[in-house]
This record gives sequence, structure tokens and C-alpha cells, in this order.
Amino acid sequence: MNFDFTEEQSMLRDSVARYVQDNYDFEARRAIAESTEGMSREHWQNFAELGWLSVPFAEEHGGFGGSTVDTMLVMEELGKGLVLEPYLATVVLFGGLLQRSGNSALQAEFIPKIIDGTCLGAFAYLERQSRFELNDVQSHATASGDGYSISGEKVLVFNGANADHLIVSARTAGEQFDQQGISLFLVPIDAEGVTVTSYGMMDGQRVANISFDKVAVPSTSLLGLEGEAMALIEAVVQHANVALASEAIGIMGQLNAKTLDYAKTRKQFGVTIGSFQALQHRMVDTFMAYEQSKSLLYRAVCELEDQADSAAATVHALMVMIDRSGKLIFSEAIQLHGGMGLTDELDIGHYAKRLMMINTTFGNGDFHQAAFNALRYA
Amino acid sequence: MDISFSPEDLAFRDEVRAFFDQAYDADLQARLADKASFKEAVIDWQKRLYAQGWIAPNWPVEYGGTGWSSTQKYIFETERSSRGIRDVVPFGLQMVGPVIYAFGNDEQKERFLPRILSSDDWWCQGYSEPGAGSDLASLKTKAVLEGDEYVVNGAKIWTTYAQYADWIFCLVRSNSEGKKQEGISFLLIDMKSPGIKVNPIHTIDNHHSLNEVEFNDVRVPVANRIGEENKGWTYAKALLAHERTTIAGVADSKRAFDEVCRRAALEVNAGKRLIDDPLFRKRLSDIEIELMALEFTELRVLATVASGGAPGAESSLLKIKGTELQQAIQSLNMELAGYYQGVLDNNLSAEQLGHEFGSDARQSFMYGRAATVYGGSNEIQKNIIAKAVLGL
Repeated sequence: MNFDFTEEQSMLRDSVARYVQDNYDFEARRAIAESTEGMSREHWQNFAELGWLSVPFAEEHGGFGGSTVDTMLVMEELGKGLVLEPYLATVVLFGGLLQRSGNSALQAEFIPKIIDGTCLGAFAYLERQSRFELNDVQSHATASGDGYSISGEKVLVFNGANADHLIVSARTAGEQFDQQGISLFLVPIDAEGVTVTSYGMMDGQRVANISFDKVAVPSTSLLGLEGEAMALIEAVVQHANVALASEAIGIMGQLNAKTLDYAKTRKQFGVTIGSFQALQHRMVDTFMAYEQSKSLLYRAVCELEDQADSAAATVHALMVMIDRSGKLIFSEAIQLHGGMGLTDELDIGHYAKRLMMINTTFGNGDFHQAAFNALRYA
Repeated sequence: MDISFSPEDLAFRDEVRAFFDQAYDADLQARLADKASFKEAVIDWQKRLYAQGWIAPNWPVEYGGTGWSSTQKYIFETERSSRGIRDVVPFGLQMVGPVIYAFGNDEQKERFLPRILSSDDWWCQGYSEPGAGSDLASLKTKAVLEGDEYVVNGAKIWTTYAQYADWIFCLVRSNSEGKKQEGISFLLIDMKSPGIKVNPIHTIDNHHSLNEVEFNDVRVPVANRIGEENKGWTYAKALLAHERTTIAGVADSKRAFDEVCRRAALEVNAGKRLIDDPLFRKRLSDIEIELMALEFTELRVLATVASGGAPGAESSLLKIKGTELQQAIQSLNMELAGYYQGVLDNNLSAEQLGHEFGSDARQSFMYGRAATVYGGSNEIQKNIIAKAVLGL
């Protein structure tokens, strides 16, 4: 039993950490967030050259062949810098779906392009009525000629405004909430009938509502078996949740460290505010919340790597804890920074807003707790 | 990162299971459950562990430890608690034993360690005093050197199982000048010494495990002092760290939690099992999720220790979270017991009474309040983390 990282893993983590530290300070990030695209293609090319975009992919497609641990380390470091580039959307979600789909033609075509930075992808799954239920799908695809015709609307597509290709969930059979009958299609963003409406989110991301009006795709664009996509989606979302939790750990660590620094320097009543026991105990609470979250992240990563039966419940547990700890930590960070904590000038609020977005991406704490309860207390 | 068990670990687990199945028999369990035979049964059980060579997994091999890896210790703990087997009485094996092998002289090691391992001596702890609780260093029990003996006067309090003990390890004031931490010595005192009086303290759980121990001109040979005079605080601090690594009690809490789940499937309200009630389920998972995390926090600390690191202030985190969860589980047991949570000890069967566990739930809940107080209260643990980890 050990919680050590291999030499390769440590090098990967250090590479991301150093890049973020040297090239991604808060002002640089702000400029990217305020740009039209809300991301930097220059950074993205650098990520490709540094090999980060290859981390989870199989070696046969030119990937690094990394494990859940490797993705955890990358995401934690990206979290520390509030990095805006679409690693989750392109590598973890879009790439993860391709990697697990078993569609070798699409893999051979697109995974190398993800790795070299020339393909930006997005996963279009959410609909305006579906809230956190991945199986609540009304968009539909009907057989048409030697392919399919897709119609419907997806909302809040992460990286939807910048992606050149989408993976879209659509119903090929069944009713609105059925697990069965959902299929995944790869759709070029410039396909006829695709309309993209982009807007910004509080964490600096650009997202998009994307509508599909009888969009024709060939049958070769189907990922996996027709109507059987839910298992694939759930597996990839499970890994995406762990990636998000890793990013959250990076953010929570930064919030705690920055708050602690502030408490050691800010003086009131002639002493540093960190000398007050009322504040010390609150910072101990946030320290413990961080350590507990990290432990549960390690547990989830280990169980996913071991393909343990308990992994699904553990990932839900992790997302409950990230939700609770995240809210505790950012609330205390703002409170202990006093009025400064409310300013846009300071990074504290920006970390808070990213944590809040992480905790609604694939379900909030209550959603995950209900899912955990259903698995554990049957 | 790797938490999987090797074939050797799995073989070890089988060995542990086989031993528990054979050694922790029904007769022993019955005697442990009976107040009249409790002390003898505890000693009997510990002697069985001793005969197996497994009484002190955390001791160095040269003093009688097992030489187990942290994975093996984890397996042993998990198997023990999953059977509801009580942990060993900590005062000798987990508290004073490590102080003696770390700071005692050869003569003391030879004299005391074998009898701690074999459970021939029952130890109790003499730290807190009526006037010294969380502020332990302000203790006043006085030891005055006369020839080759200390004359000890004062009182210790909250002494668990003093009524059973052969020996007590005490912090005493040997010098009243200078910093209060610097005038303290660590003495081992024979409970049969003239001048010792044990006064029972009855607690809110309606049981008797705590005591006050009075010392009136008790004469203690200098040979019973650990290490140097006035350096006892240093030794005690090392011991407190040791105490806190085992205080999380994760394995026992997991067992207690599973029992709550079992009971929640049996308790019915308005025809509905409590385990199906969304509010109760939320209370269950609030606890279980923290417990799942704490299990790995403990493993992370164990892994640090295994690779040569010291369990630092992280053990304060284990203490705080571990005891909070113990109490949260005890609270759920009370909720489950409903009206029966108030039932006192009695000789009625569950059939006669109409309920299975009300009295147990009450007793462990009431005594369980001690967990956030003892071993350095949780507020003191927060002060330790603030200072040692956060640098405040």
C-alpha cells in the first residue's frame, strides 16, 4: 500500500505546475477570460507540445497511456491556475468518449488530432429540461439514407463555442427518460443545420446552446452501438467527475493557502488576525475539509483503477464531499478576507466561482447524495 | 498509488481470520459481556493474542512487536473490528509501553515490558487532575525526593479502570520553579503502595469506569522514574502523539455504522423502514461519506509512518474527525431506538422488553461524550493543528 507517485507522474505534475506558475498568473488569465474566445490557442498548442493532451490516450493512437492518477495530477495543477483552456471538454469528455467507444476509425482519425492540438472537441449532452439526468434526452436521430438525421437542442455545451467537432447524445429509440435508446454521434460544428449561440459563464468559460435542424451525418459517425450509449456516457462522466474533483482539490488548496497567508499578514487591533482563536479554528476546519476531500479523491482514483464494484458509489461520495467542502472553503476564504474577499480584483472570488461551476457540472451535492444513497442503502 | 492487496497480504488475512474464528469463542464473548467476569475475560483474551505473538503490532520487533507492514496492520484492525472484537486495553500496550521502550532504562524495560505484553500487569493513566484538564502542564501532584524515594501527594482524576489496575503511570511536579512544562517527571507507581486511595466516579452512562486516585505520602523508588527528572513532559508529549494515531477508531466506527444500517432496516415508522426514509438516509450518508474519507486519511498517515515519517499533527485531524463520527453514529443509534433510548440496564430479554438495543444505545451515547474530551479535547487538537500545521 502506498500513496506515492511514480517518477513519470511527478514529472508530469511538475511540468504542469511550472507552466501554470510561469505563464498563467491571475492577470494573464483575466486577459484570456475577457478575450472573444475565452481561451488561448497559443496555450493550447503549448499544452500539445508538452504532451499533456496525450495523457489518457492509448499508446497505439500516440497517447501517453496514462491512468486516472495522471489525469488527477494534471487537473489539480490546472485548477490551481484556474486554467480556462478546455482540457475537460476536449481531452476528458470528447476524447474519453472516443477512446471508450470502440469505434476504431473515428479513434484513428480524431485522437491524433486531439493530441497534436488541432482538434477542439465538446460533448453536447445537456438539454434545457434535463437538469442533472444524463438519460433525459429528447433530441433525436432518425435513420436517413445511409446515415442519420439529428434534430433537437443542447444547452450549456462546454467549449461549444470553440469546438470544431461535437459528440452529441440523441435518442434513436425509446421515451424521454429511458436508459435504452440513446446514441452518440460525432458531428462537425460546420455541418449544415447546426446553429451555435454562445455566452459566458461566471467562471470565465464560454459555453453554447447548439441547435440541430435535420443535421445529416453518415452512419460511420455513430460511436458504439445504436441505442446503447448510456453505459459509455456514464463511464466517461464518472472519470470526468474525478477529473473535476481533482481540479477542485487544486482550487481548494489555493484558497486555503491564500487565506492563511492573509491571516498571517493582515493586522487588526494591533495584531495579525491569524492570532485570533475564533479564526484559527475556522481555518483548521477548512484544512480538515481539504484533507478529507483529498483522501476521498485518492480512494475514488484507486477504486477506479482497480475497477472495484464500489467505485460508482465512491465517486458519488466524492462529489458530495467536494460540493460541501468547496462551499465551506470558499465561504470561509471570502469571509476571512473581509471586504477584499468581495472584490473582483482579488482572485479569491474567481476561485469560488469556478468551484461553484464544478459542483453543478454533472450534478450537485444533493444529486450525488441521492445517487449514493440509492446504491448503498438498497 | 496502490492500495491493492498482494497474495501475501491475502494469505495473511486468511491467517488472521482463522485465528479470530478459533480464539474469540462464544464462551469468551459471554464472559466479556458479563460485568462480573469482565476483567478476567479481557485478560484472558489479551493472553490469547499474546500467545499468538499479536498483542503489540505497533511495537518494534525487538521489544515484542509483530514487524507487520502498515497494510498488514490495516488488515488486522479491519478483521478485528468487523467481528466486533474489542481493542486491547490501551494504557499498558499503547500508552506506557511505548514510553518505556523509548525512554526507559534497560532495567525498566526488562521489568515492565514483558508483563505489559502478557497482560500480567493492568495499567492505568495518571495525567489529568481536578485542577489540570486541557491545561495538563499546570498539574500539581507533588513529588519530593527523599533519599532514593519520591514522596507523592496529590490527586489524579478521570482514571479509567483504576479499580482494576496494578500500576499507574503518572505525571508529577518535581520542580515548581521556571516554566510549568519543565518541572514535571514521569513516574511508574505500584497501585498497592500505601497511601493510594481509589474513589469511584459514576458517570452519566450509569456505569463505573472512571475514578479519582488520591496519593497521600506515597513512596515511589527513584528507580521507577522514566528518564531524567523534570523531563517528563517531553516523554508524555511523545505518548500523546502515539495515543492519537489509534484514536480515530475508523475500523470500529465502520462496524458500528454497519450495525446502524442493519437496525435501520428493522425499525419501522408508519409501516416504512427507516432505511427507506430520505431524511434518515441523508443522515446515514452524511456520516458514511466522511467515514470513507477518514479511512483513507488514516491510511495516508499510516503510509507516511511506514515510510519513516512521524505522525505529526495529522493525528490531531484523525482524533477530531474520528471522535465526531463516533458520536454521530451513537446519535443515530439513539434516533433508531426511539422511546427505548431511555431504558436503563435490566435483566429483561428483548422479547420481554419489546426492543433490542435501547439500553446499549443509551450507554454508548452517554459515555461517548467523553471521546471529544479525552486525549486532549477536540478544541485543544484544533489549537495544535493551528500551531503545528498552519503555523498560526
